[in-house]
Amino acid sequence: MANNNQPSASPASNPDQRLEGAMGRMLQIGVTIAALVVLAGGILYLEQSPGPRPDYHAFHGAPAGLITVHGILAGLGRLDAASIIAFGILLLIATPICRVVFGVVGFALLKDKFYAAVSALVLTILLYSFFARR
Amino acid sequence: MSNLDFSLALFGTSLLAGFLGAMTGLGGGVVIVPALCLLFKVDLHYALGASLVSVIATSSGAAAAYVREGYSNIRIGMFLEVATTLGALLGAYLTAKVSGNWIGVIFGVVLLYSAYTSLRQGHAKPADHPPDPLAVRLNLRGSYPVDGHKEAYVAEHVPAAFGIMFGAGALSGLLGIGSGAVKVLAMDQAMKLPFKVSTTTSNFMIGVTAAASAGIYLSRGYILPGLAMPVMLGVLVGSLVGSRFLAGAKVRTIRWAFVAVVVALGIEMIYNGATGRL
Repeated sequence: MANNNQPSASPASNPDQRLEGAMGRMLQIGVTIAALVVLAGGILYLEQSPGPRPDYHAFHGAPAGLITVHGILAGLGRLDAASIIAFGILLLIATPICRVVFGVVGFALLKDKFYAAVSALVLTILLYSFFARR
Repeated sequence: MSNLDFSLALFGTSLLAGFLGAMTGLGGGVVIVPALCLLFKVDLHYALGASLVSVIATSSGAAAAYVREGYSNIRIGMFLEVATTLGALLGAYLTAKVSGNWIGVIFGVVLLYSAYTSLRQGHAKPADHPPDPLAVRLNLRGSYPVDGHKEAYVAEHVPAAFGIMFGAGALSGLLGIGSGAVKVLAMDQAMKLPFKVSTTTSNFMIGVTAAASAGIYLSRGYILPGLAMPVMLGVLVGSLVGSRFLAGAKVRTIRWAFVAVVVALGIEMIYNGATGRL
């Protein structure tokens, strides 16, 4: 972990900044796709649910089909509007997780084993939060 | 109110929150939860879910602009994300254990603290002593552009910053916010990093931290698609527009006005929580 930070290097030749640039572009593309999916689902949702505003005053929890990745993908197959929005939200959550995957691969390519391991640890915590059953 | 009008009102409010949050640097997320609870009479846990989703969107949406500036430090960010994601797991776990009223009171205190930090002008100056050996071993250093040349920096007080970051993550998971103010506290005040490095690195960390709570929020049913949709789109568009208005004379007035709103919402959250209305 000692092969970086030459103050004289120009931005284009600095491998750290190239990794950072790749992460930034990935985040931008990810959030754009996620927002478009949420928007498409939202238009469909407002068309299908024209009634009075839902009462969100008391907590009942989201419907069972919208609280697991499996359920959301199943609803997506039926073109259910709420499931399409939820799928867009899943894509949105996946975007920063993808950034950490970029970190694991990027630091490994930079031969920075310590920071590849740190990124892998962050990725493990993120995946645990998503797939551990409570 | 029809569902369409309700969604448009949510979108408009979130647009304004995102715009002012990005322009003042406070972040739109901090006002979304109180706005949903107090103005739109939405249950606190649903509000946390919608807010957390919008926080991830803002963090990722701002990334492109921040990368171009070349201030953020991916190693320091990744290292501290170990602490923030672990904290976020704890915070998200606690949302089901701590009563809504207590969450409201804590939320109010964090709002007041955020308002205070946004007005504090002085920033920590790095002390003139040999670099922290732990920071050197962990490679927690970098360089940033100053007047056309690069100036090097090394982090200080690494264990303290790591601890504060765990707390920032816990608040993010408990309150559905980015807790950028606490993250900047760890990097600016404890690590004594240059201010621009702290704020831009904090922005990247916010998305990863929020992603750690998002899985827990989703499985607990806090994220309602119909509610999160207008909030996320509004905050995202508002923050993208707001970040283009960072400089300028009128910003001072708007900053004071927004800080006043944040203080008012903070006091109202504490009042509502203390009197058992959340």
